[in-house]
Order: sequence, then C-alpha cells, then structure tokens
Amino acid sequence: MSKGAVLILGARSDIAMAVAHRFAKAGYDIQLAARNSESLGTDKSDIELRYEVAVTLHSFDALNIGSHERFVDDLPQLPAVAVCAVGYMGQQAENERDVQAAAQVMRSNFEGPASILGVLANRFEQRGSGTLVGISSVAGERGRATNYVYGSAKAGFTAFLSGLRNRLAKRGVHVVTVLPGFVATQMTEGMDLPVKLTAGPNEVADAIARAVKRKKDMIYVKPLWQVIMMIIRNIPERVFKRMKI
Amino acid sequence: MKLSGWGRYPVVDAQVAAPRSTEDVLKLVQQGSAIARGNGRAYGDSAVSASNTIHMKHFNRMLAFDAKSGQLIAEAGVLLADVIEAFLPRGWFPSVTPGTKFVTLGGMIAADVHGKNHHKDGSFGTYVDWIDVVTGDGTVQRCSKAENTKLFEWTIGGMGLTGVVLRAAIRLRPVSSTWIEQRTLVANNIKHVIELFEQSKDATYSVAWIDCLQTGPAMGRSLVMLGEHAEAEANAVAPQYRKLPLQTSVKRKLGIPVDFPSWTLNSLTVRAFNALYYWNGKRKPQQQLVDWDSYFYPLDAILGWNKIYGRRGFAQFQCVIPLIHAEQGLSELLEAIANTGAGSFLAVLKRFGAQESRFSFPMEGYTLALDFSVNAKNLALMNELDKITMRYNGRFYLAKDSRMNRDVFQQAECRADAYKNYRQSEGASAAYSSAQSERLGL
Repeated sequence: MSKGAVLILGARSDIAMAVAHRFAKAGYDIQLAARNSESLGTDKSDIELRYEVAVTLHSFDALNIGSHERFVDDLPQLPAVAVCAVGYMGQQAENERDVQAAAQVMRSNFEGPASILGVLANRFEQRGSGTLVGISSVAGERGRATNYVYGSAKAGFTAFLSGLRNRLAKRGVHVVTVLPGFVATQMTEGMDLPVKLTAGPNEVADAIARAVKRKKDMIYVKPLWQVIMMIIRNIPERVFKRMKI
Repeated sequence: MKLSGWGRYPVVDAQVAAPRSTEDVLKLVQQGSAIARGNGRAYGDSAVSASNTIHMKHFNRMLAFDAKSGQLIAEAGVLLADVIEAFLPRGWFPSVTPGTKFVTLGGMIAADVHGKNHHKDGSFGTYVDWIDVVTGDGTVQRCSKAENTKLFEWTIGGMGLTGVVLRAAIRLRPVSSTWIEQRTLVANNIKHVIELFEQSKDATYSVAWIDCLQTGPAMGRSLVMLGEHAEAEANAVAPQYRKLPLQTSVKRKLGIPVDFPSWTLNSLTVRAFNALYYWNGKRKPQQQLVDWDSYFYPLDAILGWNKIYGRRGFAQFQCVIPLIHAEQGLSELLEAIANTGAGSFLAVLKRFGAQESRFSFPMEGYTLALDFSVNAKNLALMNELDKITMRYNGRFYLAKDSRMNRDVFQQAECRADAYKNYRQSEGASAAYSSAQSERLGL
C-alpha cells in the first residue's frame, strides 16, 4: 500500500534526488518534476528498483508560471507532500552588471517557486491536508555583498513561505521552510566550504523527512547555522556594512 | 586533494574529478593517465592517479532487474551494500561477495573479487554477463563472453587499466532466508587446518581465522568457519525469524572516531586479542545461526576500523600459494611473521578453487591475508613474505597491495608482459594508469 505521493520540484538537483530517495524508502510514490524530465529515466528506474514504489516523470518549468495550474492538473494524483528544490545561484558579479541575469536569479529563486507552491497551496487547502516544503537559504537572512541578488530572492521566498504557513495553519496544511546552509552538491562543487558547516545532500533529505513527520516550521540542517545566523542577523547595520563576510 | 586507499598508505596528492555523464568521463579520459575510483576500498594505490583520478560516485543508479534470471543491470558506482539492501528482502544475494559490502560494482569487477565460496563458485567475474567500458580509444564498448571477448576477459581483474567501467550486468543468487548456518571447526596447526579445508570442499562458504603469533607445534592454530544459506522452510531458521525469513534488520553501527595512537597496537595486545578470539571460538557451540551481516561483513559493523592502525596507516599482505606447496609455503610465511612478533589482528586463510583468467588473482591453492601497521619493521617483513611467496610460485592480490617493489612483481607475475602488450595494442597504456600500475610497471 502506497502512502500517497511526494512531488519533487526541480528534481535534478542533488538535494532533490536525495529527498526523492528518502521518501521512496519510506514507501511514498515519487513524482519527479524538472525541465527535460525524460532525461531522468535512469533515476526513475533506480528509485523503482531500490524501493519498489511507482515513479513518474513530469515536465516542469518553474519560470513558465502560466503553465503551473495545468502542471498540477496533469499530475496522476495530488501529492501528499510537495518539496520545492528549485533554485539557481548565478554569479554575483554578473548579476551586478547584467540586469537580465539578475532577474533570472530573482525569478528562479522567488517568483517560480512561490508561484508553484501557491498553486499547490490552494489545492491542498481545498483537500484540507498536505505538506509543502520550500528549500530556501540562509543567504536570505541578511543581504551580503557577495551574493545579495540570490539572497534577496531567497529572502522573498522565505517570507512567502512564512506567510503561507500563517494562512494555512488552521486549514490542515503544513508548510516547512528549510535553510540548509552549505551543502556539498553540484552547485557548490569546487567551492572551498568549511567541513563542519557543510551538510551532505542525504543529511538535508533526512532533516526534511524529519521536519515533515514532526511538523516543524523552520529548520536549519546543521544546528550550528542557527547560532551563526542569529549572530549575523543581530549585527548593527552600521557595523555590518563595513564587514567582509 | 590528498588521496589514499582504505589502508591510508600511501597518501598521494591527486587530481580528482567526479563526472556526472558519460560525456564528462570521455573528456577526462582524453587527458590520459586516468584511473576510475569507486568507494576507495582497495587498500593501497590501485584507484589513485596523481593527475587524473575519476571518482565514479555519481554513477550510482540501478537500471534493471530480471526476477527470473536474477540479472541486475547497474551503473559502476552502485555499492554492494545498496544491492543487498534492495534485493535481499526479495530473496536475492550477491553470487560472490568480498569481506566488505562497501565496495562498488566497478571495483568488484576491476579486482575480480572473491568470497568465502571461491572454492565452489569461483570469483565475481563468473557472474558478470556484460560490461560497458570506456576503452583506450575513448569510445564506449560493450563486452561479454560473446562480444569483445578480450576486452571482457582483461577488464575482469584488470585493475581498471583497460578502461572505465560505466555499467554492467551481474547475476544474483536466490536465497530463501537472510540467515547463515555456521559451523566452527578448531584446527590445532597448519597441517590440520589444510586437512579441514580439504574435507570441507562441499561447504558453500569456508574461511579460517589464523592465530598468526603461534610458533612450534601450535603454529597455524585456527578456527575454520563453514557456512550455508539457511533454508526458510527447514527448521534451520530460529523460530522468531521463520515468519519473516528475508527481513534484513538494520544494526547499530559502531564508529572509530579518532586515530588510535600507534602504541595501542603492539605484539602484546595483538597476542591477547588473538588468544581471546581463539578460546572464545573454541568455547562457542560448533553450530550456530548467524545473520548475513555479521557472517559476511563482521568488520563493516565498525565504521572506519582502518583508524585502529593509527595515523600512519596500514598495509595488507595477501598472496595465494599453489595447492601443492600450500603446507610448506604457509608454514614459512607464518614462521616469518611469528619470528618478528608483528602479528596482525586479522589473519585470514582461505582455500581457492581452480580459476583460469587473464589477470585475476585467484588460482587453486591457499590464500593468506594479513594486516600490518606501516612501519619500517613491518615493511621489511612484508618484503620477506614476498620472497617466500615467490619461492613457491605464488601470486599477489593487487587490490590489497600498496608497497610491493617492481622487480618482485615483474618476477612473480608471469602474466604482466601479456597484459602490458594488450594495453599497448589497445591504446590503454597512455589513457589509463594508477599510482600502483606505475609503481609496478604495468
């Protein structure tokens, strides 16, 4: 007996794939949504073979917000859990020079994810159940010179999720905000990340599964990040603006 | 980055890339001197190339399974542990498994690993139906017993030096429970242990643990452990498990958090451990039911057990002595070890069956495996053991080697020239090399 389905949006990323494995292992069917979803065929067979659950592939373009209602209509079943792992870091220097590039980062991290979760939220509300998981970022907690375009979009997404949670709290729908901190993935490959602050994709997936089960609102994957971000949030702006972090 | 094998010796400053697509692999191979790396469980430098190590961790997907024949098609970086986790509950087990489940499919093919059933079922390569390999000319070729035969034969046991394994089809064996009926026999000396092995050739699994610090009449005293897959229907499985014969429970893992200081492992502690193990084994009932994980992978329960040998790492010595010289050869090896008092926690003896292969390790005879912490005394001892092995026309297991000297290897391995010629003719010599192949002149 299946427990229902988990929809993974932006399924190609390392975190998304780890989340898919984690929920498939728990017995959920999996809906993998991404651009060129047909190229996820090997992942489909892998998850089906390992966990004996059904995996379906769905073409999904986060930036094509006009298609989102239709996308949800076309799913084989309305999922029990939807995890949005859509995101795009871009290059800060390029974002400063090129408004198109900056807009792309903003849309990928805020507009697209907020749009699809908004559509799903309405359906979940109607049904009176479900969990929405948004993978945001600690970068959204305070704008920094080194990645504020990405950070500001994530800040928007974090605020969106918190508002959604507030709206749906009495409607049987739960919303989880995930702030992973550094994660060793394709996106961060080649970066020199501090080992103690860097989680593996599987750690993020475990944390998400735990948060869904225990109805947590906001999670950091590595607890140390909570302390770090509390400090960073509380530095007075007139000091912060001169800092290099 | 600093890279080494499971023994953490030698440590090489190596360029490591982790490609995500076949195209990425092809590009890397073009740079030359490439070697594929799986989960890094070869003990030495087999899967290390200073300039071009290709980490296959992203090739970790299972692609298809045929429940009639037990054929599994999977990418090279899939772990054996994952195969077991997925298929043992459905009644399938690897046809051949090494002593750890944290190895990859590609690694098992490259080393043509053996298990406790080698005398009966042969090596891992016996159960490989086909392999997709990126060869020396930078193309992907499927090889099997029927097509690209040479590539198939050299790739199995070829230590990754014919190319990069991308995916393969292997066959699993059906089992009706996850339990092993184990029978323990006590051998008083080396002659006795060989006798017991020869009498137990019908057992599916057999392996012996040797107390390598004994001298004189007790030299080679050991515990021989025989095993059979327990039948679910028979009364072999304990009553509490009979209802769920294929259930695989998750055991708690113990971790070694830090390097042990080197003084913790000395001849005294090793002697005490060996004596305890022996008397404990002797005391226990001859026959018992053991779960699959404890039976096949006792050391996997202690994650990072390689750290007990301290920061400088350890080396494993594993050779096979041909059947006709077994008693004499093993006696000399054990004597040399006991004389230096450099005993190893785990000395394992195993009877191999006959095997014809291009470059694989096993041949009919007895294989002895021992761990030593790395220091000048032990390295000298291992050189001594090399010489004894050579005198008896023995062979060395490259998946374990990290320190053998080129001349010794070239003299002992009569197949090295044929392999070199094959590699040359296929354009694999320039495309593929490991720190080990350079050290040994392959």
